[in-house]
Amino acid sequence: MKGRILLGHGGGGRLSHELVETEILPRFGAGPLQSLPDAATLTLGGRRFCFSTDSFVVQPLEFPGGNIGDLAVHGTVNDLAVAGSRPRFLSLALILEEGLPLATLGRILDAVKRGADACGVTIATGDTKVVRRGQCDGLYINTAGIGEVIEEFSLGFAGVIPGDAILVSGPIGDHGAAILAAREGFRIDRGPVSDSRPVHRLVEAIAPLAAGVRFMRDPTRGGVATVLNEMALGHHFGLRIRENDLPHSPGTRALAEMLGLDLLHVASEGCLLLLCARELADPILERWRTFPEGRQAQVIGEVTDQAGRVVLETAIGGLRLVDLPSGELLPRIC
Amino acid sequence: MNYRDGFRRMEAAGHFRRRLADHGRQLAREGRVVRLMEVCGSHTMAIARYAIRDFLPAGIRLVSGPGCPVCVTDPGYLDAAIELADRGVIVSTFGDMVRVPGSRSTLAQARAEGGRVEVCYSPMSALELARNHPASEVVFLAVGFETTVAPVIAMLDAAVSQGIGNLSLLTAFKRIPPALAALISDPGIRIDGLLCPAHVSAIIGADAYLPFAETHGVACVVAGFEPLDILLGLDGLLQQYLSGKARVDNQYARVVKPGGNRQALALMDRYLLPGDASWRGLGTIPASALNLRPEFSRFDAGNRHGLILQPGRLNPGCLCGEILKGKLAPEECPLFGGACHPDRPLGPCMVSSEGNCAAAFRYGGKVGMASGVCA
Ligand code: SF4
Repeated sequence: MKGRILLGHGGGGRLSHELVETEILPRFGAGPLQSLPDAATLTLGGRRFCFSTDSFVVQPLEFPGGNIGDLAVHGTVNDLAVAGSRPRFLSLALILEEGLPLATLGRILDAVKRGADACGVTIATGDTKVVRRGQCDGLYINTAGIGEVIEEFSLGFAGVIPGDAILVSGPIGDHGAAILAAREGFRIDRGPVSDSRPVHRLVEAIAPLAAGVRFMRDPTRGGVATVLNEMALGHHFGLRIRENDLPHSPGTRALAEMLGLDLLHVASEGCLLLLCARELADPILERWRTFPEGRQAQVIGEVTDQAGRVVLETAIGGLRLVDLPSGELLPRIC
Repeated sequence: MNYRDGFRRMEAAGHFRRRLADHGRQLAREGRVVRLMEVCGSHTMAIARYAIRDFLPAGIRLVSGPGCPVCVTDPGYLDAAIELADRGVIVSTFGDMVRVPGSRSTLAQARAEGGRVEVCYSPMSALELARNHPASEVVFLAVGFETTVAPVIAMLDAAVSQGIGNLSLLTAFKRIPPALAALISDPGIRIDGLLCPAHVSAIIGADAYLPFAETHGVACVVAGFEPLDILLGLDGLLQQYLSGKARVDNQYARVVKPGGNRQALALMDRYLLPGDASWRGLGTIPASALNLRPEFSRFDAGNRHGLILQPGRLNPGCLCGEILKGKLAPEECPLFGGACHPDRPLGPCMVSSEGNCAAAFRYGGKVGMASGVCA
């Protein structure tokens, strides 16, 4: 690949995909990385476990609804959970910029601790580096995590059939909207608040129904639109969702409308998107809605027989394609 | 959205679907085809996003006009902005401009090579940048129609009153009415009705469209951007067309006054003077630019940084110009979706979120299907 890295390469959209396909997969794509899972399922000594890593460079470090510390816990915990595992151990690596106020670091580490305790994960190993002023923007965090596989789940697209249901566990786009509003200094009355939170309880709660669950993912960078396209791309089915059934928060909606953003492209950090057999939709909703993080869970659409096509029934009943976002919608969102 | 809300919206939309179908049947009986143009990029995007072309029967053609400010900006302007970034000036811009191809490069590339390009969502961010970097020069890329001109000039006014000395504007402001006048008097283009944008109209006033209705017999409706507003607007245009009486209907009278926003217009008038502008695809249109008055030339980035704006080089294969006039649909460009797509845009129409090609690409080829305003 000629040229240089552009911010858009980190956006989670089409450019990111191209980068991975041209630079990462040819080198590392032979093993478990081949299918580009957010978490790999591996076997060691006869035991199956999930392994995942994520780096956090969000700006600003603190935002309505959370900070980079809890985000770094939730990001990895959620990647492990949606792979069908019970998160157990995390590593915590910090890159600190000379001059970062200790009080800020303290608040962020407190959030790491609170987040880890709430998720039942142990911070098992870590690392700290300091770089000169100007060489990083306050603080970057990397976390990696290990989870025990919940054996009931057998996730995969092979069994997907038309009529299967698409569910989300809560309002979409809250994290991206909160970051954008904080960064741009928009003062909106009851504006967007990040949904940075774990989804592992939602996964655990449906383990008894796991046989009919085909796929789970948390729609972070690139939003719901990206996850839906990744699901349908190259598979034997298509997806159809209804705009009027998408749960959203009023503050997030107001910001999206003000800026002309498509909520389907905006990141969540505490939302679970799930594909399951139709008859499981109601029992899953029922279980999810007993948790605060699942209170607004909804069926948003269903699987169709139109291979590879993701379509949206718009708020007024028109039908259109759901495309991947392109370029730098929002750099440094997580 | 709560379920009942959504349900009511669907019901209202169903009502308009039936009305438009009725109009379609009448047109078919009379053997006529009506050609409507949505003037503004925000309408283009909303029409694509809500799949409003799904509602139109065969005899109603909806074509996209020149109302995407990024799309009609000359590549030479981008070259100047890139040069500023290369020289170490902080360039503050709306996100859309970052990936628009200039003659050789883009602002995104300039940034990757070390240039300081800051994306903002509100012009006030540029003021903030200038205040926070007193030792640097900040240039705001002032591109847009009347809707954008007003807040940018309000920002400039704040900069002037706060005595901020390191901020200037690289202006490519454009006015909608002269462009519409040019399109309507082009004998190669037929337009029966104009869907006029609420936000631009809120500044310039609904009366700005009177000449089109009265002199050229073109139906005009000022409509909002909610999907139902647009359907109502299209229905209004059809009623005017079928009754044979063109006028200016203001469906947004709550916000859009006949004479516009006098306060904003007065402020704009204090800082700006009309001049000729070159529009990508449409050529030079008299009095369609708004330039800084000579007494404010210290805020003119071109002046301040000694830039000589030259007409840039367009990608020769890009048919943006024809598409901006509504003469071709995006899908009719041989590069559409192949060599040119939103991540490797060859023309501005594929970059801007309001561009006709981007809308067509993103939302599944429904946009611009009904093309060909050529009579
Ligand atoms: S598809 Fe690309 S090259 Fe063709 S007219 Fe549109 S922007 Fe220009």
